[in-house]
Amino acid sequence: MGDMFYFIMQSTMFFMIPLVVVALGGLFSEKSGVVNIALNGKMIMGAFTGILFISTFQERLPGQPVLVLGLIIGMVTGIGVSLFHAFASIKLKANQVISGVAINMFAPAFAVYTSRRINGTQLIRFNNQFQIESVPVLGDIPVVGQIFFQNAYITTYLGFLILIISAFVLYKTKFGLRLRACGEHPHAADSVGVSVVKMRYAGVIISGALAGMGGVILIVPITNVFDGSVSGYGFLALAVLIFGAWKPLRILVAAFFFGLMSAVAASASVIEVLQVVDIPIHFYRMLPYVATLVVLAFTSKNTMAPRAAGQPYDKGGR
Amino acid sequence: MNRSGFLSFMSAVLVLIIGLLIGLVILLVSDASQAFTAFWTILSFGLRSMRNIGDVLLNATPIILTGLSVAFAFKTGLFNIGATGQLTVGAFVAIYIGIEFTFLPPPLRILASVLGAALAGALVGAVPGILKAYRNVHEVISCIMMNYISMFLVNFLIINFLFDQGQGRSLPMPRESNLPQAGLNYIFRDGLRASNVNLGIIIAIAVAILIYIILEKTTFGYELKACGFNRDAAKYAGINENRNIVASMMICGALAGMGGALMLMSGTGMRMDTVDSLAPEGFTGISVAFLGLNNPIGIIFSGILVAYLSLGGARMQPFGFSAEIVEVVISVIIYFCAFVFLVKAMLGKFLKGGN
Repeated sequence: MGDMFYFIMQSTMFFMIPLVVVALGGLFSEKSGVVNIALNGKMIMGAFTGILFISTFQERLPGQPVLVLGLIIGMVTGIGVSLFHAFASIKLKANQVISGVAINMFAPAFAVYTSRRINGTQLIRFNNQFQIESVPVLGDIPVVGQIFFQNAYITTYLGFLILIISAFVLYKTKFGLRLRACGEHPHAADSVGVSVVKMRYAGVIISGALAGMGGVILIVPITNVFDGSVSGYGFLALAVLIFGAWKPLRILVAAFFFGLMSAVAASASVIEVLQVVDIPIHFYRMLPYVATLVVLAFTSKNTMAPRAAGQPYDKGGR
Repeated sequence: MNRSGFLSFMSAVLVLIIGLLIGLVILLVSDASQAFTAFWTILSFGLRSMRNIGDVLLNATPIILTGLSVAFAFKTGLFNIGATGQLTVGAFVAIYIGIEFTFLPPPLRILASVLGAALAGALVGAVPGILKAYRNVHEVISCIMMNYISMFLVNFLIINFLFDQGQGRSLPMPRESNLPQAGLNYIFRDGLRASNVNLGIIIAIAVAILIYIILEKTTFGYELKACGFNRDAAKYAGINENRNIVASMMICGALAGMGGALMLMSGTGMRMDTVDSLAPEGFTGISVAFLGLNNPIGIIFSGILVAYLSLGGARMQPFGFSAEIVEVVISVIIYFCAFVFLVKAMLGKFLKGGN
């Protein structure tokens, strides 16, 4: 029973960390006033280049460094993709949802097309050599050590680090204040000399970086083959962002909730307590989604969406 | 056609050309020796025989309906990203009635399938509608959740009630439960081989016209659009905005659900899988809606266009390219659709300068 608890907590991390990172990406973009429906596409593009790099170079480079480089490459790719989103939605003041939809459609098609072209198959395989059995010293701590420091990946710690930095940047720095102002009341921000265009570019670029990296973070722990899909995690991250009321800590809680439900669903067939009642596996798999809906129904009376999210900034408007 | 309509049409054509050219560039970069023949196949395959034209119309049917579903939501201020789930549940109800309701004579059974699917889709759509109207839950998140819930639910239902053990998929539809071809197979054929095109495309076009009339010519449609434009102003004007949100989402769901029915009842031998992946037709609907500039009549054409390009794209194998190139092209077109108004303004200025 104890082992089962730790197993579930460890797999909760695998589901939860990418959701946290990508939802934080969405947070930066939406706080600056740009709706980011494109998270899924950015994740796919990041996972594609990152995993392609890992798969190509892991014979020649040592274990963890190749993962770090893969993460960076995913991040850079995400930034590249987000520039298209930013250009359309900020510079050209286009409908932010449409360019997002375009990116979501482009990414899987491009990833599959290109990997067929390069490898002859849409599957990119890699060896999962990145799991850390037990972190020295920390892994021996009772309970906490078993949850966080055994069978772990460096991406887990990266996720928490990104969470802390994001919360700090958004709420404790001048940049964060300005960014949030552009999403709440861009005209007020503009009137005191903040460049709304620059801030929104920054927001979208950070979101691309985190989403691209999030793609790699999602794929590495759970599989050893990338097939051009991130199983809709970009959309789930969007849900986590809304569920988390556009606040970093609540995003963590929302992602944990969702990750835990997913982990329970994924291992429902081996959890002894759940064997007593004969509930079909499909219902366990529905659980995270149903639970999210129910929780939202009771907690959404006042949502905290940035007020100007989704509206192109028009200097002459009011 | 008035000047504004002409400019809209011209800018849509321009956007289409840009998308296709970028597709050509990608093909050229991949393999220059095959690029032009492959590109020509994408451009012309849908017109190479009457049978191909029929197949284009056949494939356009479900995506016209999901496109309408997304566009209807958009017109009323909602984003229906849940067409996938609505379509899946609709498709299941359609085949369930088609396979199990053998006590009904075929014409009634077909009618029951289509209407049952629409009703089921409407119920799936009602959930985000009710949550939005009365609990203030963002419809995007509840639609995403409903997509997954619908997928797992339908997989469960297929495995328990309509499972073909050998195939790992749903049971086949009896021939007489499919939509009649109504003579279309005599028009759209290539020698002895006829297209499977059927009454579905006629239904889809009729529904598009109906949606156009509802939105543009009725008080009900006007109220729905008013809610989308400004919820508070609509409320002030005495419109029951909560009821309208639910009604709007139910209509969206009914459209997508009907799309699922027409897809599975097309006589192509298509069955429902039980794998954990969302049906792509719902997401294609978003593309179709934007390509059609959210206009119900425009969506008939954008649905046909997407189906047309995809049919040619499916023939890329001999040239060493994969079919995904068409999706790349369509996504580029959609990207440029995002600033079609800008293109329109520029085109207007350009033409004025030319005169």
